[in-house]
Amino acid sequence: MTAAVDVEAALARVVEQLQPMLKRQPLMIGIHTGGVWVAERLHQDLELKEPLGTLDISFYRDDFTRIGMNPQVRTSHLPVNVEDRHLILVDDVLHTGRTIRAALNEIFDYGRPASVALACLIERGGRELPIEPQAVGEHIKLGKNQHVKLLGPEKLELRIQEVNG
Amino acid sequence: MGLLIKGGHLIDPANGVDGKKDLYVDDKGFVAGVGTAPSGFKAGKTIDAGGRIICPGLVDLRARLREPGLEYKATIESEVHAAVAAGITTLCCPPDTHPVIDTPAMAQMIQSRAWRFGLAFIHPLGALTQNLEGKRLADMEALDEAGCVGVTNGLVPVTDTLVMRRAMEYAATLDLTVFLHAEDPWLRNHGCVHEGEVGTRLGLPGIPEAAETVGVARDLALIEQTGCRAHFCNLSSRRAVTMIAEAQRQGLPVSADVTAHHLHLTEHDIGDFNTQCHVRPPLRSKQDRQGLRQALKRGVIGAVCSDHQPHEPDAKLAPFAQSEPGMSALETLLPLTLRLVDENLLTLSEAIALLTHKPAQIIGADAGHLGVGATADVCIFDPNAHWVLAGDALISRGRNTPFLGWEFRGRVMHTLIGGRVVYGHRPEAASRR
Amino acid sequence: MKRGLQFDDAGRLRHLLTIEGLSRQSILEILDTAESFISVGEREIKKIPLLRGKTVVNLFFESSTRTRTTFEIAAKRLSADVINLNVSASSTSKGETLLDTIRNLEAMHTDLFVVRHAESGAAHLIAHHVPTHVHIINAGDGRHAHPTQGLLDMFTIRRYKGAFEKLKIAIVGDILHSRVARSQIHALNALGVKELRVIAPKTLLPTAVENLGVRPCTDMGEGLDGVDVVMMLRLQRERMQGALIPSEQEYFNLYGLTPVKLARAAKDAIVMHPGPMNRGLEIDSAVADGSQSVILPQVTYGIAVRMAVMALIMGGSAEPAKGRR
Repeated sequence: MTAAVDVEAALARVVEQLQPMLKRQPLMIGIHTGGVWVAERLHQDLELKEPLGTLDISFYRDDFTRIGMNPQVRTSHLPVNVEDRHLILVDDVLHTGRTIRAALNEIFDYGRPASVALACLIERGGRELPIEPQAVGEHIKLGKNQHVKLLGPEKLELRIQEVNG
Repeated sequence: MGLLIKGGHLIDPANGVDGKKDLYVDDKGFVAGVGTAPSGFKAGKTIDAGGRIICPGLVDLRARLREPGLEYKATIESEVHAAVAAGITTLCCPPDTHPVIDTPAMAQMIQSRAWRFGLAFIHPLGALTQNLEGKRLADMEALDEAGCVGVTNGLVPVTDTLVMRRAMEYAATLDLTVFLHAEDPWLRNHGCVHEGEVGTRLGLPGIPEAAETVGVARDLALIEQTGCRAHFCNLSSRRAVTMIAEAQRQGLPVSADVTAHHLHLTEHDIGDFNTQCHVRPPLRSKQDRQGLRQALKRGVIGAVCSDHQPHEPDAKLAPFAQSEPGMSALETLLPLTLRLVDENLLTLSEAIALLTHKPAQIIGADAGHLGVGATADVCIFDPNAHWVLAGDALISRGRNTPFLGWEFRGRVMHTLIGGRVVYGHRPEAASRR
Repeated sequence: MKRGLQFDDAGRLRHLLTIEGLSRQSILEILDTAESFISVGEREIKKIPLLRGKTVVNLFFESSTRTRTTFEIAAKRLSADVINLNVSASSTSKGETLLDTIRNLEAMHTDLFVVRHAESGAAHLIAHHVPTHVHIINAGDGRHAHPTQGLLDMFTIRRYKGAFEKLKIAIVGDILHSRVARSQIHALNALGVKELRVIAPKTLLPTAVENLGVRPCTDMGEGLDGVDVVMMLRLQRERMQGALIPSEQEYFNLYGLTPVKLARAAKDAIVMHPGPMNRGLEIDSAVADGSQSVILPQVTYGIAVRMAVMALIMGGSAEPAKGRR
């Protein structure tokens, strides 16, 4: 069982790793819901000028036929054209990589970026697709029945939970 | 050597019998004694009717056997088997076969076909007009001679009132009863359900009650004018039976029947477009059902019939308005009528009268009674047997009934025609096909 | 029984045959889902991969270019494969039954049928006879129901007027023959509108219409008094033949929506019409093209609503995703 994660420290590490990319004038996009909370902090800490984009990947999930529609879909909102821009995609937890796959598909339906970098607060192993982050706040190891959840948006906090089955 | 049916409760309303009495049948198939053995009687065979009701074989005023012309739906053979399994020993069939029963040859053919099987008797109704077209009169005297028990134009309306008047006058000349399906065809329009709240909700074209009352009013006026004896078939609305009651009060020679299903079902049973409830005339409102029940109790309606219309499955597997109307109803005639006894509308004797001697009187047939000398057409049923109607247990070729899955009380155990057992219920024969 | 046919064992919407039987919550869920699909139409790539690999067959026994087209656009925006079949009267007169047509198409691995038929109850009949993995959307059956039209009308009302509980609404026209009206009435009552009136001459009002939960009015001025939404229905010109109304002129005089009659409604009332309009018969051009008309937006919303219905029916449960990372 891992010790509780220090969110502030993790955020600071991500910010530090993203600093070198600033010279390419990146656009930041957060994935709902946890990724948007993290992206809002990063956007603020990095003092990015252009507005934050948000992505709801529900329509691009690969398990739609099994799980179906969630009526509480928030719409994706990309205020700036992604065409030929360097993007920083932000999510709270990177696990299997399927969410990122869906996010990339959605982004490419909006336009063709020059590059996409991935920043995540927590990286927990268990990848099912060949996707790796460029900036990580903290690497943690979890058991199969454990699940990490980001709580927010006022005060960001990471909680590790036991999941059944 | 004769047949003895012993230990049963005999109900023969024609002769005022309602009690424990043994029935003695001679070797020629006639009733030889009721209650006491006739002198010299020797029983070659005995049927133990302990705990059972013995009554005359049922008389069904309207059943379609589909032959000739519609044999893909059913045949005389299949349907007379179904009839005797349901305790029915005499059937009346309408002339709307293909070809129509408007010649003596057709009338004879149908009777002899039934005769071959030695099961239920068929009394055909002859056509009122040639080919039922409502224009020229049919050879009613020849049809009468050939065994028809009445004349009718079936479900085809005679729109020309003058033709209808003349047809009634001609039938009256021959002392023939005219069987009427009173309905105004223009008000009927293309309706397929009762014009009411269910039709409105389902978006199905409706047949207003006025279609029936306008038809009845016209026909009653003509009956009064012509002195013709008439029988109104399949009444469906409270207002129409009120008009019939008034006509009877005034001494007009009119009788009426109702189907067993109209006494139980209403428009609400259509539910989600259940085509098994698509019938003509349509199932109407709860008030109409109540009106029909009251008219039955008071004797305005003199008979309950099945209006049996077996269909092949495809006939009902279409959107409601395109499905064919009609219900396979022989095997629910007795059970549905007995339900009215359970619901305290009728006594058992009254119920049996409505299925035996009263319909027999309407067609002038010597049936529906078991006095000494009568043909021994007998129905023996267990009034306490509980059973559920299952599709694969139906003997009729038509399985088109909304009563599948209904639980009934009262089951036919034996049916006899002329003293011969033509049906015996076998408990293990649940799935006969 | 209705609930049983439209819903599967787990209570998920499996078919959409009629609005009757849908709870207020189910209807709102569909409207909320449609909201998220509106934005798809505003992107450059108007497609999302939700129904990729699925086959949708538009089975129209009654021809209708506009409804069929919106269903086609909706399905394609969800990346489904679409096949359009116009089964004309002559094909069915060759003897193939409705169910045989369906069975032949099923054999070609169809996932969803969008069915329009001239007879009430056709969609129900089909839904009774398809295997569990096949879904049916009723695009209009006889006079009975046109649920997606009802839903897109509710979506439109919510967009312009917000909460349903305060609204007074009037539906005007041939209620007797209208499947659109019946669906609208069920939806509006499920959503709990304050008052619902239907306006038509007696010949075009069905028997016992009050039982559907409406107040019938034969006088249009009285019927429109103070309403917030005026929902017009299309009048088919054949009604003159059936002795239902005498002439187009008289119908327009009594029941056509003109600026004068519209003035009886609330000042900010909106005017709706399912289309196609008969200008000068049920609606005056001045109103159809006027500031209170929301007839064109209705069409756009129709695509989003149909996308929502398809997505909800074809997907699994509507619970939030578990363990998706």
